[in-house]
Amino acid sequence: MTAAVASQSAGPRRIRWADMGPFIALAVVVLAGVMINSSFLSGTNIANVVTRSAFVAIIAVGATFVISSGGLDLSVGSMMAFVTGIMILAMNRLEPSMGGYAIVAGAGIGLVVGALCGLLNGLIVTVGKIEPFIATLGTMGIFRALITWMSDGGSIPIERSLREPYRPVYFGDVLGIPVPVILTLVVVLVGAFVLYRTKYGRRCMAAGSNADVARFSGVSVAKVRTTAFVIQGLCVAIAAICYIPRLGAATPTTGQLWELQVITAVVIGGTALRGGKARVWGTVAGALILEVIANLMVLSNMVSEYLVAAVQGVIIILAMLAHRFIK
Amino acid sequence: MTTITRRALGLLTAASFTALAATGVLAQEKRVIAVSIPAATHGWTGGVVYHAEQAEKEIEAAFPNIDVIVKTSPSATAQVSALEDLAAAQTLDALVILPFTSEELTGPVEQVKAAGTFIAVVDRGLTDPAIQDLYVAGDNIAVGANTAKWLAEQLGNEGNVVVLRGIPTVIDDERIQGFTEVIEGTNIEILDIQYANWNQDEAFTLMQDYLAKYPQIDAVWANDDDMLLGVLEAIRESGRTEIKYALGGNGMKDVIEMVMAGDAMTPISTPYPPSMIKSAIYMVAGQFTGQAPMRGSFKLDAPLITPENAEQFYFPDSPF
Repeated sequence: MTAAVASQSAGPRRIRWADMGPFIALAVVVLAGVMINSSFLSGTNIANVVTRSAFVAIIAVGATFVISSGGLDLSVGSMMAFVTGIMILAMNRLEPSMGGYAIVAGAGIGLVVGALCGLLNGLIVTVGKIEPFIATLGTMGIFRALITWMSDGGSIPIERSLREPYRPVYFGDVLGIPVPVILTLVVVLVGAFVLYRTKYGRRCMAAGSNADVARFSGVSVAKVRTTAFVIQGLCVAIAAICYIPRLGAATPTTGQLWELQVITAVVIGGTALRGGKARVWGTVAGALILEVIANLMVLSNMVSEYLVAAVQGVIIILAMLAHRFIK
Repeated sequence: MTTITRRALGLLTAASFTALAATGVLAQEKRVIAVSIPAATHGWTGGVVYHAEQAEKEIEAAFPNIDVIVKTSPSATAQVSALEDLAAAQTLDALVILPFTSEELTGPVEQVKAAGTFIAVVDRGLTDPAIQDLYVAGDNIAVGANTAKWLAEQLGNEGNVVVLRGIPTVIDDERIQGFTEVIEGTNIEILDIQYANWNQDEAFTLMQDYLAKYPQIDAVWANDDDMLLGVLEAIRESGRTEIKYALGGNGMKDVIEMVMAGDAMTPISTPYPPSMIKSAIYMVAGQFTGQAPMRGSFKLDAPLITPENAEQFYFPDSPF
C-alpha cells in the first residue's frame, strides 16, 4: 500500500507507461499476427480467439483478487472441472421435472458449489494457517480426483435435450458480441469496481502488501483473504457456466493446467505475484496475449510443432522483460 | 500419502493372513491372478479399468477356484509399490500387467517372475521381452495406416488433410507414422500436423485455428476419438461445408454410436480397444481352468469399424 502511494506521487506520466505495458505487449503480438498471416485479422478468427480467452480471463479476474491479497490458488483448473461436473449432473437430474429451467437451476448450484470450494481453500489457508501454495496444491489433487471419480475416468455429458437451449451461452452473440465476451466484460467491470472503488478492495491491497501493518491498522487479514478465495470460486463457476455449452461434457482433462495460464495472465497483466498490487484490466490483456500467441503458433508456418511450447515460453518472458524496461 | 496406503495395506495383509489360516485347505486350491493397471485418468484407461473389473466378475463367477485381484495405480512409482504389496501379500500364480512405463516396471516385474509367477504383459512392452510369457497389444501403426487407406480411397487420392496428434509418446508417433506413410503414396497433401494432447478442448481450439488458416480442407484426422468430438464441434460451429470426412480412432463409444447411425462425416473408426486387458485375463485364466496353455505375442489388428461390425466394439456401460 505504501509502495503504491509512493509511486503514485512520483509522477503521473511514468505510472501511465507502466500501466500500459500489457496493452502495448498485446498490440505488438497482434501486429505480429497481422504480418504473419493475413487470415489472422479475419472476423471469425478474432471472434474465436477472444471468445476462447473468456474462460481464462474470467478465472484470472478472481485470481487477481487472491494474488493481490497475498494468496495463490493452484486449484482453479481442477475446481473448474469439478464444478462443471457437478453442474452437468445437477442439470441432468433436474431436466425431467424442470425442462429448460434446469440450466438456470444448475448454474445457480454451480455458483454455490464454486463459492464453497473457494471458501474451503480460504479456510485452509487462513484458519489452518497453511501456505496457500501447499493448501491449494492439495485441493487441486482433491478436485481432480473427484471429477475423475464422478466420470469413472470417462466423460459426463449433458442431456441432449439441454444442449440446444444451452448452446447460445457460448456460441450466441448480442449485437455481434459473443456472449462469453459480454460475461467477461461484466465480471471485469464488477471486479474493477470492487478492487478500486470499495473498502474491501483497499483492504485487499493492504493485506497483500504488508499483512502485519494491515493487521495493526485494524484489517482482518484472514477475512479479507478468505473472501478473495470465495470470489475466486465464484469466478471459476461463472467460467464453468459458459464452458459447458461449448463441448457439452466434463472430463478428467477439463481445465488441465489452466491454473498456470491463469497465473501467467495475471502476472503479465502487471499484478505483483507477491501481492499488494492489482491490475484487473491488465489481467484481461494478459489472457488475450496468451490466447493470441497460441493462435499464432498454429497460423504461422515457421515454428516446428515440437517447439511450440518453447516459443510460447520465450515470448512470455520477452513480454515480461519489455514490461520491466518500460518501467 | 504412500506411507498411509502402505500402512493400510499392511493391515489388510494381516487380515488376509488370518482369513487364509481360517479357510485352510480350500485356500490352497485357489489360483490367484493379479491384475495391475493404471488408474482411470482419461477415457482410455477408464475403459481398461472397466474391462478388467468386468473380467474379474465374470471369471470369478464362472470359476470359483480362481481369484482375480484388480489393482489400479496412479503413477509408475505407485505401480511398483503395488507390485511389491501384491507379491508380499500372497503367492501369485499369474500377473497381468499394463505397465505405466517400460523402463521403470521391467525390474519389478522380473522380481515377481522370479517367484515362479506367470507374466502377461498388455499394451506397453517391457524393455526385456524375455520376462513375459504372454504379450497382448494393439497395433498403433495399423490404426493410422488403415484410416489413411480408407480416406485415400474415399478421396480418390486427391485433396487436403489436416491432422491432430496427441501427447508426444511412442503411441502417438506410431499412429502418425502409419498415417503419413500411406498418405505419402498418394496425391493427398497433409496441410498441417499439430499437437492437441488427446484433449477435447485443445482439439476444439486447434481445429478453429486450422479452419481460419486453410480455406479448403477436405478431411480431418484426429488420432483419437476424444479429440474428434472437439473437432466436430468446431466444424459444426464454423458452418464450413467443404469438409467431407472427420475421422478419429480408438473406438470411443460416442463415436461408435455415430458409426452405427451411419454418420456422413464420421462413417468409420479404428479400434485400439481397452478390452485387450480382458482378452489377456481370459487367456491367463484358460490355463488354470481347462489346461489351455498360451505363450507368445499377440498383436490385435485394427480393422475398420463400420456400421456392419460396430456392435462388436460397442460397450454401452463402459465409460469409454
